[in-house]
Amino acid sequence: MLRFFKGFTLLFFLTSILYAEESKVRGLLELIMTSSGNEQKESLVELSNYSDPQIKTIVEAWRKGDVYSFTNNGESIVVQQTNSGFERIKDGEILIIEDQSSLKKNRPSRRIRKSLKKIVDTADLIALDPKVRKEAVLKLGLSQNLSYLEDLRRIFKNELDPSVQKVFRESIAICLLAHGSDQEKLSAIEELGILKSVTAINFIEKIVKNASESLSDISLEPLLKDKAEVAILKIKNHQSILDFFGNLFRGFSLGSVLLIVSFGLAITFGLMGIINMAHGEFIAIGGYSCYVVQNLFASWFGTHSVGFELYFLAAIPVSFVVACLFGFLLEKSFIRFLYKRPLESLLATWGVSMIMQQSFRLVFGAANVQVNTPDWLIKSADFYGVAMSYSRIFVVGFALMVILMTWLLLSKTHLGLHIRAVMQNRKMASSLGIPVSKVNAMTFAFGCGLASLAGCALSLIGNVGPSMGQAYLVDSFMVVVIGSVGNLLGAGISSFGIGIFDQYLQPVLGPVMGKITVFFIIILFLQWKPGGLFPTKSRSLED
Amino acid sequence: MLTLFDNKKEIIGFIITFVILIFLIPFLNAYPSEESLFHVSNFKISLWGKYICYAVLAMSLNLLWGYTGLLCLCQSLFFAIGGYMMGMYLMLMIGDRGAYKSILPDFMVFLGYQDLPMHWKPFYSFWFASGAVLWVPGLVALVFGFLAFRSRIKGVYFSILTQALTYAACLLFFRNDFTFGGNNGFTDFKEILGADINHALTQRTLYIVSCLFMVLVYLLISWILNTKFGKVQQAIRDSESRVRFSGYSTTHYKLILFVVSAMIAGVAGALYVPQVGIINPDEMAPAKSLDVVVWVAVGGRGTKYGPIIGAIVVNMLKSYTTQAFPESWLIILGFIFVFVVLLMPDGIVGLPNTIKKWRQNGFQSLRFKNLIKRFI
Repeated sequence: MLRFFKGFTLLFFLTSILYAEESKVRGLLELIMTSSGNEQKESLVELSNYSDPQIKTIVEAWRKGDVYSFTNNGESIVVQQTNSGFERIKDGEILIIEDQSSLKKNRPSRRIRKSLKKIVDTADLIALDPKVRKEAVLKLGLSQNLSYLEDLRRIFKNELDPSVQKVFRESIAICLLAHGSDQEKLSAIEELGILKSVTAINFIEKIVKNASESLSDISLEPLLKDKAEVAILKIKNHQSILDFFGNLFRGFSLGSVLLIVSFGLAITFGLMGIINMAHGEFIAIGGYSCYVVQNLFASWFGTHSVGFELYFLAAIPVSFVVACLFGFLLEKSFIRFLYKRPLESLLATWGVSMIMQQSFRLVFGAANVQVNTPDWLIKSADFYGVAMSYSRIFVVGFALMVILMTWLLLSKTHLGLHIRAVMQNRKMASSLGIPVSKVNAMTFAFGCGLASLAGCALSLIGNVGPSMGQAYLVDSFMVVVIGSVGNLLGAGISSFGIGIFDQYLQPVLGPVMGKITVFFIIILFLQWKPGGLFPTKSRSLED
Repeated sequence: MLTLFDNKKEIIGFIITFVILIFLIPFLNAYPSEESLFHVSNFKISLWGKYICYAVLAMSLNLLWGYTGLLCLCQSLFFAIGGYMMGMYLMLMIGDRGAYKSILPDFMVFLGYQDLPMHWKPFYSFWFASGAVLWVPGLVALVFGFLAFRSRIKGVYFSILTQALTYAACLLFFRNDFTFGGNNGFTDFKEILGADINHALTQRTLYIVSCLFMVLVYLLISWILNTKFGKVQQAIRDSESRVRFSGYSTTHYKLILFVVSAMIAGVAGALYVPQVGIINPDEMAPAKSLDVVVWVAVGGRGTKYGPIIGAIVVNMLKSYTTQAFPESWLIILGFIFVFVVLLMPDGIVGLPNTIKKWRQNGFQSLRFKNLIKRFI
């Protein structure tokens, strides 16, 4: 209780500081607008110590001519015209002005406007949020405007956050590239090389180009050029490392989706011998479940509530249950007649897939539906310069969880024991008293449930539409074949392998050629290992 | 001649179909006036030409699936490749009558080509194109089949790999820089061998050629089945390992059949394109190959005339349902597939036998009470 109270006080304290800052800023702005000469200059200097979003909006209004002044009982008052009426600059109070003819347009002089622009531009340099600071610093640096160099240097001295300090050094160096003396340029290039600044590479390349064109200062130019080339090399190396890890990460997240899809397929196809062409439609069931749950949550809690943000967590079990139910019905109604005819199961499930796909179109429309990524998954983490979006990290974690659950189910539960027994020898299991038909139905339902989980994951990183599963179906069949049919470990390894391979080939060959190359590599791989990664050792002959 | 057919019924059926398709229908298209009750419209002719091409495609798949046990899911790829080869010739025959008034095909002008790519040049010759219709699908089948059969990929795995092959090829043909027109493909043909392609006479000739080709393929398959080669082929379907243990190289048998079937599909595609007037990568989408499988299954797999019946019936049904129930025709077709697979394992051709079997069992398996019992 006490802790809660403390926290509350702290919060109150913080907000009051913020509020105090805002009122101070407003006061200063009013002073600037009404005063002139020295007083105005001092206020301007003082204003540059603050960073408040209000500065920007009010200054902008002043520049555009939305600010009026009038005198009331000898006191001159400045107001800003907003949508809600006339707002007093000093305290933000809305004033009701009857006699609008007394209003005089108040506009800044050119000199003031110039210094105000500088204040506005540099205001974010001292913002509270380090992210905002970084962005502002980088923006000023990239503009290569000499007039900001002083400000950058001045504020850099007070900066404490090391990651922001780094951006400051980068920006100052980029500024110097354009305006510094040759000596300064040299040191700036060296600095950028040390910082491995990917953003600066274009500027440095420009210098190299200029150096080879003009021959003005013969003594320094070759040195400058050499240094710049070294720096470029350093930065490019760094960039390729970043690309490598970025691709690795994206490959992992793609592999994770493939993994969830192909786990479901490995169970229905590998373990049961049923080729489920409707597997892709079960993926779509997952995506549409997310959509429906999202809409329900939106109508219950409203779109901006905490409850709505959590819809995705609720959608996962819902879609799993829905898909399991559909899968159970499908198995009971006709898949079970097809265990002896695997090729015909392909045809029947193809028919089912057509029915389901068209039903999605009839119910949800032919266009893709909008599934919003929850706010807590939108951002991306910066890991040593490699951007990783939270949704992709989530997908990877989700896949690991699915692996764990599947493994637990198959190895630790009674049902899992039954499943494995039936898969090894259906007739023998049946004669030993295992309820084979029940186990079959449960297994199939579980496989379909896994597909819908993949659909949930896909709704975060892709589109949700009637044919969303089709694109993954061929890929995941490949995964199952490569990883040896019926082997979950193989499916896991091959899905990550294919996912990562795909991501590396795509930037080089383009998305289509990348896919085709992967396909041919798979065919060649099967020449070498026809049974996949982990072929089952058996003396029996399939025929 | 008699050895080609199994029994008298088949000969009679063959002759009747032959007369109707090749003499009666074109005759009714050419001679009675348009108001006449017996007139067959030009639209009907090109529609039936399309059905016949599909029937040949289904027969080529049946050769693999019905008689060799290879469920090939890239048959529509060979069909489309054949179509593209003929399409290249037809595109060049447009000459400078295209929208851009250039001797280059329209899409090349649109994509900024200056002159014709090397591999397009020989296609000015009709005979080169006709040859390509045979050897290009055959080559694709040879290379892929060699790799697949050598490593003894069979059964379901073969199906999956062939599906992936179609998928990859489909993606490739969708690309604009593949010089095959991207997703628009080829269309707007003007003439074939100097004849106006949209003229009734040309269309009728194409229809008759398609029918003759179908008859030829029918006779070819009948002949193959009666040779020793055909016997081994069917033995492979029934038990591949035993055939291999008996000293036959099943790889070679399967490879030859795969190539032959690809060539037949290619010619069917080449006959299809001038009659339909368009070819694009949609024609080789994985779903199309599955459609072919469905025709064969509906008609009757492993029978000589089953695929023809299946292809024509399903496509007529498709034409009808797409017009009558545009929203739900996929659902109707889906239900038909499920029904056929579950209750008519031998397709339409095997229906009398299936019904006999039901009779013998006294429809027990179909009774509601039993269905419910099975369900629970």
